[in-house]
Amino acid sequence: MTDSVNTDLLNPVVNPVEAFLRSDRMPHIWCPGCGIGTTVNSFARALIDSKVDLQSLALVSGIGCTGRVAGYVKLDSFHTTHGRAIPFATGMKLANPKLNVVVYSGDGDLSAIGGNHLIHAARRNIDLKVICVNNLIYAMTGGQSAPTTPDGSTTSTNPYGVFEPAFNLPHLVEAAGAVYVARWTTFHVRQLARSISEAFQKKGFSFIEVISPCPTLYQRRNKMGDGLDAMKFYKEKSKVRNGAPTSEVGLTMTGEIVVGKFVDRERPDYQTLMGAQYTHALGDKYVEQPPVEQETVCS
Amino acid sequence: MTPDLNRDELHKNERHTADPRGVLTGIHFMDGDHACCEGALAAGSRFAAGYPITPSTEVVERFAARVPTVGGTFIQMEDELAASITLQGAVWAGAKAFTVTSGPGFSLMMEHIGYAAMTETPCVFVDVQRGGPSTGLPTLPAQADMMQARWGSHGDYEIIALCPNSPQECFDLTVKAFNLAEEFRVPVMFMMDECVGHMTEKVVIPPADQIEVVPRRHTHKPVAEYLPYGTNGDLVPEMAHAGDGYKFHVTGLTHDERGYPNMTPPVQDKLVRRLQNKILNAADRIAMFEEEQIDGADVVVVSYGITSRVAQRAIETARKQGLRVGKLRLITAWPFPETKIREQAAKVNAFVVPELNLGQMVREVERAAAGQARTFPVSHAGGGVHRPEDILKVIVEAGR
Amino acid sequence: MPKGRVSIVVERCKACGFCVEFCPTHVLALSSAFNSKGYHPPHVVHPEKCSGCDLCGMYCPDFAIAGAKVETAKGGDK
Repeated sequence: MTDSVNTDLLNPVVNPVEAFLRSDRMPHIWCPGCGIGTTVNSFARALIDSKVDLQSLALVSGIGCTGRVAGYVKLDSFHTTHGRAIPFATGMKLANPKLNVVVYSGDGDLSAIGGNHLIHAARRNIDLKVICVNNLIYAMTGGQSAPTTPDGSTTSTNPYGVFEPAFNLPHLVEAAGAVYVARWTTFHVRQLARSISEAFQKKGFSFIEVISPCPTLYQRRNKMGDGLDAMKFYKEKSKVRNGAPTSEVGLTMTGEIVVGKFVDRERPDYQTLMGAQYTHALGDKYVEQPPVEQETVCS
Repeated sequence: MTPDLNRDELHKNERHTADPRGVLTGIHFMDGDHACCEGALAAGSRFAAGYPITPSTEVVERFAARVPTVGGTFIQMEDELAASITLQGAVWAGAKAFTVTSGPGFSLMMEHIGYAAMTETPCVFVDVQRGGPSTGLPTLPAQADMMQARWGSHGDYEIIALCPNSPQECFDLTVKAFNLAEEFRVPVMFMMDECVGHMTEKVVIPPADQIEVVPRRHTHKPVAEYLPYGTNGDLVPEMAHAGDGYKFHVTGLTHDERGYPNMTPPVQDKLVRRLQNKILNAADRIAMFEEEQIDGADVVVVSYGITSRVAQRAIETARKQGLRVGKLRLITAWPFPETKIREQAAKVNAFVVPELNLGQMVREVERAAAGQARTFPVSHAGGGVHRPEDILKVIVEAGR
Repeated sequence: MPKGRVSIVVERCKACGFCVEFCPTHVLALSSAFNSKGYHPPHVVHPEKCSGCDLCGMYCPDFAIAGAKVETAKGGDK
């Protein structure tokens, strides 16, 4: 099995994502047609395009299929507990403000068990870049309902169909205080990369939701085909509405998927507020936290 | 300073002392909660994440007031679930970090205590024990979390637990707790109780250069050679921090020496046994206790925390009555000082174990005694302290 | 002379079909060959149409394919 270009085997195209992967752990565990890997491509592009210093980048994930991203990227990466990537990342960022801290986790992890931490970090405007891969289900554990599972979907814990209203995540995080809110799907690979790059330029709580296929559970149980069918569905049903009011971007099982950059605003981030308050209250007595001494021995 | 009779001097390499900016040198009149905060600052902690819960809150209230003047961060998180993991993010970014709580919050923190044990994150969890179970007695003392400190999280892991019995020890032993956390890369449970926490006594804080601190075991290996969970026989891996350039991975999944998930029985066996052995192999060195008139004793009173103060009165009264009573105060509750108890069990007739619970550490005493001596609990459901005569009564009975 | 070329890491492919579907010029198709996991990886059927846009690489969830523009001087890579 060869490609038809003869020079290829001697001189393969270097995939730009490869530099960010723990190649010794490939192939990964995600299913055929799962979109998480696709989001990682966009993430890698964003890192390249925004020239983020990789040494001072830390990636924190929770538990779930998306949580496994931390184990596959060649960065300082922390696979933490279910729902608690955001508080872990908060501690990391506050203890070393020079770090760029990304939270990469799934919809169940971030909005169910992690929901409280999500809204408080947004409220505080902690300088974190949160990438929420939303496959509308708890995939890793076998397809249970998530707070994002659309009404009418079949899951293993709603075998007769979900009847709970689902979260509209952009609306939730905007209301809580996020300064950058966007939603794309895994079809929108370039726009997603651009949004992630924009989030890196932003100080404060950025939240990027990516709708992604779960072929094995969500698609299959709901007779919606496989991952490719989901991608075609996203292509067909997505409507780019930058600046749309987040109250209007709720998802349904088969309806329109509003994508775009919804919120991009300025609010002082937590550390700015903290510094200002201490300076105001303590004056000369305020001692700023000294920078962390990074100890590296080069190879 | 607390009599620290069993420290093994061989394990000091260089001597690091406290950063004077965090040390409130002087003679103070302060309560245990406040003294604990000062101990954390003296140990070099510059990060705490907390959540209010009586009777622990004063520890972080003081930290919140002190730390912006010495260069650090305090954040009150939205719950104990967050606090207990936020501090760990700070540790991996380079800080010495801790949190404080009491019973209900301690229960919430259990998952993350297990995470700290599994990922070998050095940190301190302060539990100012109060009456339980559940909401229990928020403002009243108990010692009923002792087993929980050891077994509260799921799975096989070891922790170290210390029990101060005075505000002075709340200072001294907090420093020790941080030092043990760094030495063994383990979460250390600091088991105070409401009485010790809210009792005001003289606390002497020495000059910074007399306070020994153990620095982070940071690796000096080149990036290409560093294994985040590789050890060279001493069972404790060297650590790196985010931002150093090592690009390492940390996970709570069973992992190999690279830190990569490897969920197979052989890797599990190797990892979990190492986590256990790194503490148990050093148990005799870690164990701290205060002993008095053990030799030739008929009865030895084994106690810890506030109960040891009440027991002191009972012991002295018993001795005046002609009984040969020894005192063994546990300063380290976990790993349990088995060797000491087993040795003594061969020589004494009985152990008397007063506790502010319905029998927790007494089970360990009984287990370690292995039938060589009788064991008598003096239980108390919590909410107050024993009366000395309650303990004396059992000492007399044990002496028969 | 095609403007672009692709490389495929056959053993990583899980035959999801994203690259085949979303290549704007329909360069790829799933082959009848198998990799060791039993999947049919893609192969290039219209090399002359490849523009080197690397959308295949951006879409591939398995990091199993990448495209690049061909440097006229030296059949180069990225």
